[in-house]
Amino acid sequence: MPLDQSFVGRAYPPTAPYQVGREKIREFASAIGATDPAYHDPEAARALGHPDVVAPPTFAIVLTMAANQQMVEDPELGIDYSRVVHGDQRFAYTRPVVAGDELVCVNAIEDVTSRGGHEFVTTRTEVHTTAGEPVVTAWMKLVVRGED
Amino acid sequence: MELPTQTFQVTRADLIRYAGASGDFNPIHWSDRFATKVGLPGVIAHGMFTMALVGRAVTAWAGSPDAVVDFGVRFTRPVVVPDDDAGTEVVVSAVVREVTEEGLTRLDVTATCLGEKVLSQARATVRTRA
Repeated sequence: MPLDQSFVGRAYPPTAPYQVGREKIREFASAIGATDPAYHDPEAARALGHPDVVAPPTFAIVLTMAANQQMVEDPELGIDYSRVVHGDQRFAYTRPVVAGDELVCVNAIEDVTSRGGHEFVTTRTEVHTTAGEPVVTAWMKLVVRGED
Repeated sequence: MELPTQTFQVTRADLIRYAGASGDFNPIHWSDRFATKVGLPGVIAHGMFTMALVGRAVTAWAGSPDAVVDFGVRFTRPVVVPDDDAGTEVVVSAVVREVTEEGLTRLDVTATCLGEKVLSQARATVRTRA
């Protein structure tokens, strides 16, 4: 089923809050080999002016990729996830994610294009705290490969 | 200005650990059987794992773990990770494109594996170290 331009601007309800845990940040940082003390030690993070350990720059994918399931599983949009490849990824930070944040994702379809038999869906996810403070905006371009 | 090149080893164990930490359990990142079935040469690294390694390089260049304000990449070629102890290597380099009066430094980043670019349009904006 071809995607069309009419989906551009399609918006989704906010996701349930994601509680950013200190141990999750440490686990993620360890998994990517990021040893900077601010990712692991609350005192080191506080010395940089943060309330608790800081997340590495791509940590937000943990919640935005999960939030994107809203769009991937949207039956009206009809994306065949078995044909999806991650094309582009971008994060624009208002401030780093820190342990203790309660973050809500608001998804929208920003762009839909078609080229060479493939479809390209750009999603935008605004991540803010439950108090409404903006933290990061993530854009993800999904490439839906055409039939072989 | 060119920044010092940074090299990251990537093994299968790294991919398993990243799958668990990130929640991305797509079998193309851990099963050769599945990866080859969908036309890949073998297990490939998560694009987001490669991006995370580039993020490490960027924060190292910036001199601060919290300096990144904008970071984007396009995934152009998979990083194939063989099932051995050595794995493969991702080599990350960058040039400073601009230092703004607002205290930001814009970097154009290059990431290669076996001499071939695995990302394009890889750009990061970091707060310039005082």
